[in-house]
Amino acid sequence: MDASSSVSTQHHHDAHSPAHGSGAAGDHHELPFWRKYIISTDHKVIGIQYGISGLIFLFFGFCLMMLMRWQLAFPGQRLPIVGKMIENVLGPGAMANGVMTPEFYNSLGAMHGTIMIFLGIVPVAFAAFGNFVVPLQIGAPDMTFPKINMASYQAFFVGGLIMLLSFFVPGGAAKGGWTSYTPLSDIADKGPTYHLIFNGQTLWLIAFILLITSSLLGAVNFIATIIQLRAKGMTWMRLPFFVWAQFVTAFLLLLAFPPLESAIVMQLMDRVAGTSFFLPSGLVVNGAAVSISGGGSPLLWQHLFWFLGHPEVYVLILPGMGIVAEILANNTRKPLWGYKSLVLSVLVLGFLSFIVWAHHMWLTGMGTAVSAFFQTTTMIISIPSVIILSAFFISLWGGSIRFTVPMLFATAFLPMFGIGGLTGIPLAFNTADLYLHDTYYVIAHFHYIVAPGTIFALFGGIYYWFPKATGRKMSDFWGKVHFWPSLICMNAIFLPMFLQGMLGMHRRWYDGGQGWNLAAEKVWGLSGFHWNTPISIAAWVMGLAQIPFIINFFWSIRHGEKVDDNPWEATTLEWTAPSPPPHGNFVAAPVVYRGPYEYSLPGRAKDYTMQTEPVQPNERKAPEPTMSLGH
Amino acid sequence: MEIPYTVTARPDTGLWNAKIGIWLFLASEVMLFGGLFSAYIFLRLDAEPGYWPHGLLNVPVGTFNTAILIASSVTVVLAWAALKMRQFARYKIYMGITILCGVIFLVVKLGYEWPQKYVHFGAYIKSSALEKYEPLLGNKHLLAEGLPPRVEITGHLHNHEALHDPKIKEYEIALDPVYTDPTNPKMDRPHFLYVPPTEKIGVVQKADVERATMFLPTHNTYFATYFTITGLHGLHVLAGVLVFTYFWLPVGSKLYRENPEHLANRVEVAGLFWHFVDLVWIFVFPLFYLL
Repeated sequence: MDASSSVSTQHHHDAHSPAHGSGAAGDHHELPFWRKYIISTDHKVIGIQYGISGLIFLFFGFCLMMLMRWQLAFPGQRLPIVGKMIENVLGPGAMANGVMTPEFYNSLGAMHGTIMIFLGIVPVAFAAFGNFVVPLQIGAPDMTFPKINMASYQAFFVGGLIMLLSFFVPGGAAKGGWTSYTPLSDIADKGPTYHLIFNGQTLWLIAFILLITSSLLGAVNFIATIIQLRAKGMTWMRLPFFVWAQFVTAFLLLLAFPPLESAIVMQLMDRVAGTSFFLPSGLVVNGAAVSISGGGSPLLWQHLFWFLGHPEVYVLILPGMGIVAEILANNTRKPLWGYKSLVLSVLVLGFLSFIVWAHHMWLTGMGTAVSAFFQTTTMIISIPSVIILSAFFISLWGGSIRFTVPMLFATAFLPMFGIGGLTGIPLAFNTADLYLHDTYYVIAHFHYIVAPGTIFALFGGIYYWFPKATGRKMSDFWGKVHFWPSLICMNAIFLPMFLQGMLGMHRRWYDGGQGWNLAAEKVWGLSGFHWNTPISIAAWVMGLAQIPFIINFFWSIRHGEKVDDNPWEATTLEWTAPSPPPHGNFVAAPVVYRGPYEYSLPGRAKDYTMQTEPVQPNERKAPEPTMSLGH
Repeated sequence: MEIPYTVTARPDTGLWNAKIGIWLFLASEVMLFGGLFSAYIFLRLDAEPGYWPHGLLNVPVGTFNTAILIASSVTVVLAWAALKMRQFARYKIYMGITILCGVIFLVVKLGYEWPQKYVHFGAYIKSSALEKYEPLLGNKHLLAEGLPPRVEITGHLHNHEALHDPKIKEYEIALDPVYTDPTNPKMDRPHFLYVPPTEKIGVVQKADVERATMFLPTHNTYFATYFTITGLHGLHVLAGVLVFTYFWLPVGSKLYRENPEHLANRVEVAGLFWHFVDLVWIFVFPLFYLL
């Protein structure tokens, strides 16, 4: 069907036989396996490398959490089977007689956060989707700097390996939380067996330097590509919203990560060279004064960390929003509502995200003036987020919705992100946050944004672009088997956490709150502590619910239903390229004549008009959709 | 497959790819050093009165290094201009001078300035014992003048074994000039010219000392920031020197024969990086040497 889409992008289907990778546009000789898949400079291969490693890390990080859920639901009880296995691998420091030690619990918590955010979601949402989709959507043959792109993945890969390696050093992986607050993390592991480099926290820092390098290389590449390699006619306001979201995300990574890198260099100096950047004067550890110069500031770490940490939140959500926008427009068969306000909102969001960071630090005693400023900016930043979400909801209005698997995930994203966003507002007020700070309420709030929010968007994106990457579709049936239990379990996990948090349960309690009066209080028939059991069961069921996805994913690569180049009848440029696109992407350089979401143009035989279709002389401009009820 | 605009500019943006890439990279670098400089500000504002030292660095040497870096920023532009005029011999000369300047900077920094600090010694006096060392510190005079107190006695350690030997109960310090005549404002820091420690030995009891080390990163937050920032800056200088050397070696000649404009572009991009490294130093120099 796409053959009719544009004269300039017609191509031969026989050009992309199973031996893909060498395409019509590029070199015809076959590259050896390791050049094609291991050290490739092709943005699509790098995107897939990032995607698969990121998904593996996501699942690994989730497994860490499933272990923690046992300890929370049944504190001090032997973890059946797995407990013994972990004890055999990591020793009694992690599992003593099958019972999780407090140190190991702390490691699991810190590494769950670190791995999910920096090795899971960012690589998949930004690096994988960005690498694979952005050059295709803007009509570019590749990224501007293909070799730097490859180096970006390699730095990420080594950083990830070091993170994993840190589980095996004496004392185990980092245990200072994903925020690594000082002075605790400065002095962590510094016992008698302290090794200068091979200890959890120092390896965490070293791995981070590699991850930041990787994200820097990626961010430069993305921005340069979007500015320089847009196809002829691809003006800024014709970019798909996904590209805009990635563009802003790249700027966030480019500018927010380096201050954390400076903080990490300083913490590394503290740990390795004995400086006192973050260590205050008069520090006493285990009853003895520490031999340091002192004079450092623990608050300095928090400022530098959250200067990254807050923009990072938008790094996690913006690519997800971009994916949802593409899926919504495609499956409602009408233009995305308010494209211009969406673009403006995402730009404002990116800018504001740099001046809200201290709302993570209400309890540090920064002073009321500072708090008032950051409280105000935090209130303001909710405006563009609400505009984006509202535009998505309005986009559903009057559409003839196709409930494909990607669309199921995208529609689920909307209320889930809404819950996550709205429950953040009490945390933004420092008075309410005094009570809610560091409770399970906070956990529930940001997981609603990141887990059923971003991760659902990522799943949607995988189902949506899978046919472009492989030429085959993932199974609809197994997609639904994946979707519904995931949606139910997500809510079964995180909704009760709001209750637990409002009872005052602290997020870092090792015993699930068993010994605390606060957690003994009952709400909806269960005490705060006893809510842990249904939550944990839901978490384990959700682990099972990912099995259909994993099988579907790998099975469909070779055995999925074969589809043509534009199976979703979409309008954007990536669907004019062959599936899978060859090296160099397009058979002929695409030329763009219209906006990204020209669905259901009046007076046309088909309900989608691709960006490459020239505008007819007598064609009316597509009417801006309105909210009117009578149509 | 060819990536477009690697050498020639894209008409509507007016940029070739690497140029936009380097500007983005430099934006990120600004944030990196910005993080470190904000740490400097934070720690300096947080420091107890008397605990942020002044005038411990060698200003003339720092000035020399500043001049060297600025000169190299000029020569790298001349090297680029020579390439634009297709005068390869002149390019080689100017690029050679640039590389030489970078190396001189590093040698002075790492071979002279840093080691000078490793042999300098400072002992922080316990607040209870400050009175005892009044003849060396002159705090009464400072108090009357409304100046922050002195809490540290610095100089060259005479009995090095005192650092490790618990049996030795005192440090013998060849005093820095300011402690020989503490109430004389002419002796106070900072001096423009470097003044070495005097022959006069001050004896400080270990029991009166809060903390005493060589001028290493561990000595105080001032030296922690100094070594970290100049160290990171030094790594940037080294990176610049390596890249320039790469363009100066036969690799550059080969590229010049194939595509002189491409080499000119590469030198321009590396030059932009070099100017940035220079600019960072323009901040480092006053913050650590002068203020």
